[in-house]
Parts: sequence; structure tokens; C-alpha cells
Amino acid sequence: MALLELKNLHKFFGGLRAVNDVSFGVERGQIFGLIGPNGSGKTTIFNCINNFYPISGGDVLFKGKSIKGLKPHKICHLGIGRTFQVVKPLRRMTVLENVTASAFCRVHTIKEAQKEAHDVLKFCNLSGEKDKLAKSLPIGGRKRLEIARALATRPELILLDETAAGLNPSELDEAIELIKKVRDRGITILIVEHIMKVIMTISDRIHAINFGTTIAEGTAEEVANNAAVIEAYLGEEYAQS
Amino acid sequence: MRKKHLALIVLGIIFLVFPWIVHSHYYLHLIIIALMWVVIGSSWNLLAGYTGQVSFGHAMFFGTGAYTAGILASKLGMSPWWGMMFGGIVSMLIGLFVGWVCFRLRGPYFALATLAGGEIFRLIAVNWESLTEGMVGILIIQTFKSKLPYYYIALVLAVFCIYFIHLVMKSKWGYYFVSIREDQDAAESLGINTTLYKNVSLLISSFFTGMAGAFYMNYMAFIDPEVVYSLHYISIMAILVGIVGGVATIMGPAVGAFVMVGVQETFRSAFFGLAPQWISQGHALVFGLLVVFVIMFLANGIVGDWSKIKRNVFRMKASG
Repeated sequence: MALLELKNLHKFFGGLRAVNDVSFGVERGQIFGLIGPNGSGKTTIFNCINNFYPISGGDVLFKGKSIKGLKPHKICHLGIGRTFQVVKPLRRMTVLENVTASAFCRVHTIKEAQKEAHDVLKFCNLSGEKDKLAKSLPIGGRKRLEIARALATRPELILLDETAAGLNPSELDEAIELIKKVRDRGITILIVEHIMKVIMTISDRIHAINFGTTIAEGTAEEVANNAAVIEAYLGEEYAQS
Repeated sequence: MRKKHLALIVLGIIFLVFPWIVHSHYYLHLIIIALMWVVIGSSWNLLAGYTGQVSFGHAMFFGTGAYTAGILASKLGMSPWWGMMFGGIVSMLIGLFVGWVCFRLRGPYFALATLAGGEIFRLIAVNWESLTEGMVGILIIQTFKSKLPYYYIALVLAVFCIYFIHLVMKSKWGYYFVSIREDQDAAESLGINTTLYKNVSLLISSFFTGMAGAFYMNYMAFIDPEVVYSLHYISIMAILVGIVGGVATIMGPAVGAFVMVGVQETFRSAFFGLAPQWISQGHALVFGLLVVFVIMFLANGIVGDWSKIKRNVFRMKASG
């Protein structure tokens, strides 16, 4: 049984079909990539999974149970953590406080939460920054803070929304390392990414969408050679050659 | 840290012995009113400063607390001190309802909804004459002739309120409140039940504000809707106390309460009779200017920007 399963997911914004009949399953322990050109509906799918947007049709199953219509905080408690593409640091709190606040998802005393936060910050290589205000972090740090916060809720599945966007090459390598480390902890990952270097090197399986509709699914190699994917990214003439 | 504790102890002793040193009823009255504002300002600050849900209608909790105590005393002959407890509880119930309605809205829309809420309560109190006596107001007999007991009751209430909020902010709830203020969507995705915790914050805030209202009833022995449900004397004043003292600081509203009551009284009494009487008409104007000044130069309030104030004062001394 897949850990997370999307069944014929639909999301309409008025007359716009942002997500149109998308189905896929993420197996436990996988890094599952979700790719597509700008505006193809990747982030919308994330927002449907943790119910920031109510879905228009279809179903989302987590561990075989429907999570459709549950409040986002309930979904977090069930074990789905997420990061945001447009980072949302809790600006006027320190990095440690940011992570402590989310650690309360599983533990109840301040002491336990802070210990959890320290561990997670160490894991994400943010220990040196722990007493800085979140708003003072550069973008690389903010992206890592997003991951740290999601990890502190002890998720079984983590949704990473363009964690590598806007990073310089050395930060990019660190980000890839971090994502691999997260997987090695036994956490399943569903990742949206534009940077092909990231998505192609780490994904076990990739699902490609365009205009809200599935165009391909398979291993990195299969998807990279798929005519529909090449057409969506590079144009028709490249697809034929 | 030790220096801070010492300062608090000294401050505590000053407040404890104050009425034995200063015998003037007038100054004692001002301090009692300021202590009451410490409670209201701190409660407002918990909701608006820490949780980020700015209320423009705290008069509805203050007035409801006052009317609960007043009605219980005048119609049922209940002791006004029971009224203080019930004042808080009834305000909390009002808070529950207000939260249920208004927390569907965010940011400025929430603020506008509370503004409307405060006015609705004032109009109810004006028009529901069989219960509230309307514009005639409610008059009760004071329990004590001396101001001394009221002083200590207000002091205990203020200290308890500050300490309680201090404890809350150091707990898990505190982390949740600030997370909600900083980013409600992020907080929700971190597993925080934002609707629930916004309501928790509102309930604590409305409880203490209601108690302050009931205290006002007991102390002043007379209320009418235009005073206790007043937009500018209560709701706006609560905001000013918070902003001037320092939003999202524990001691900010306490400092703000004394500053604002001081400024208000200085102008109301035309500089204690030293200036021409027409100056007292200008107190609203001065409030406005004060807010502009604070927002421009001390955006975090007196307590929030204390280090900045100290630095500038020292610089002035050094250069002058």
C-alpha cells in the first residue's frame, strides 16, 4: 500500500482547471519527484494534500485513509510535514524558537521541545544560527529552517516545495546532502523542484505534469527521455529529434 | 538578571507602601485607575501584541464585566466581589461568541469586526433599558469608604494579570501565540490549531478585561454605557496603552498605563490647574500626537525600545 495516494485529484479555481485528474502513489521510503513547467500545478497539488485548498474532486489517502477535508494542523499531526516554496519563517522569533514551536507537535514540555529543536537544528546544520532572528537569515538558511521546522513535527512524509530554488551552487550541494540525510532517517519525501540537477540525482521516481495534467511517470531516466516531457520543457522541435 | 529582580522587588515595595506615604486621595485615585489600565492593557497586549489579533473593541469586554457586576449587585443584591468573578466569566463567554464570529476574518478585517462588536454592545446597553437602565446608568453602594482596599485589590489584580501572562508566554501556548502572529499559515502547517489557540488567547484577554470592568463598577459605583462601552475612552485607550508602553513585551502595557493615565490627567486637569482651562480640550489632540511620535521614533514602545532611549539620552548628555 502506498504511503500517500492521490486518486483522480481535481482542483478548479473558477473555470481554471489547475489540477486535472492527477493520480499517483508515493511508496514508503521513496524520494518522489514532482516536476512540471511554471504554473503547471505542482504547488497547488501540495496545497491540496495538506488542505490549504479544499479539493474539487478525487481523494487523497494517507496510509490508506482519506485525509480529504481535514484541517491542515490535523494533517500535520497525522505525520505529513511540509515546507513552503515562498519561505514562511516566523520572522520575529529566533531560529530555535521557530523549531521549538513546531516540536510541540509531538512533545509537551518546554524542555523536551527545546531538546528536540536542538537535535533537529544540528541535523540541518543550523546550530550556529540558533539565536538569530529568523528574519535575519539569508535565503539558504531560511530554506533549511523550513526543513528543520517540518522535521521537528516528526513526519513520516515530508513535502518539500522547491527547497533548492534560489541557492548558489555550494548551497545546492548542501541541500541535496540534507535531503538525502532526511531520507536516510526513514522519512518519505515528496519533492517539487525545478532544478534538474537536484531532482534527477535524488529521485527514485518522478511524476511530470503540465497544465495540471499528468504527462509522464517513471524513473528519472525514463522521464528525461519522454517525448511529452521534452516538449513541455523545451518545445516541439526538440521532442521530435 | 539579578539586577532585574532587584528592580522588581524595589518596585514592589514602593507600590506596597505608597498609600502610607502619599495620603492624597487624588493621587491614590490616579494610581488605582492606572493599575486598572495595567490589567486592560496587558490583556489587550496578549491578544493583539503576542497573538497578532488586533482588537479595536476591548470596551465590549470591559463594559460587559462592569455591567455584569453592576446588574448582579443592583438587581440581585449580590456582593460586588462575586460580581468581579462573574464579570470575568461573562466577558469570557462574550469572548467565546466574538471569537466564533470574528476569527473567520484575518488581519484588518478582524480589527474592523471587533470595532463593530464594541459599538453593538454599547447600543445594546443604551437600548435594553429593562436590564441596563439605559442612559440612566447603574448606581451601587460602595463597599468601602476608604480608597485603601481598592488600591490593594487593583494592585493584586494587576500583578496577578502580569504574572499570569508572563507564565502563559513562557509556556507552549506562548510559542503558539507568537507563531500565529508571525504567520498563520505556517503555524497551521506546523500542527498548531490556529483557530483554537486564537480563541484561547481571546478568552484569557476577555476574562481579565472583564474583571477590570467589574472592578471599575465596584470602585466608581456608577456606570453608564457611554463610559464603560466607550470607543475612545476604553477601546482606543487600550490600544494606546499597549502601543506607547510596548507591544509584545510583558512590562510594556504596565508602563504604558501609567504614562497614558498621567498624560490624560495632566491635560484633563489643565496641567493641575497651572495652565488655562482651554488646554484640557486638547487632550485628544495630544494623544494623537503622542501616538505619531511613538510610531515614528519608538516603534516598539517605551519598553520595547528602552535600550534605544537609554543610548540617545546618554548621547545627549555626552554631547551636551
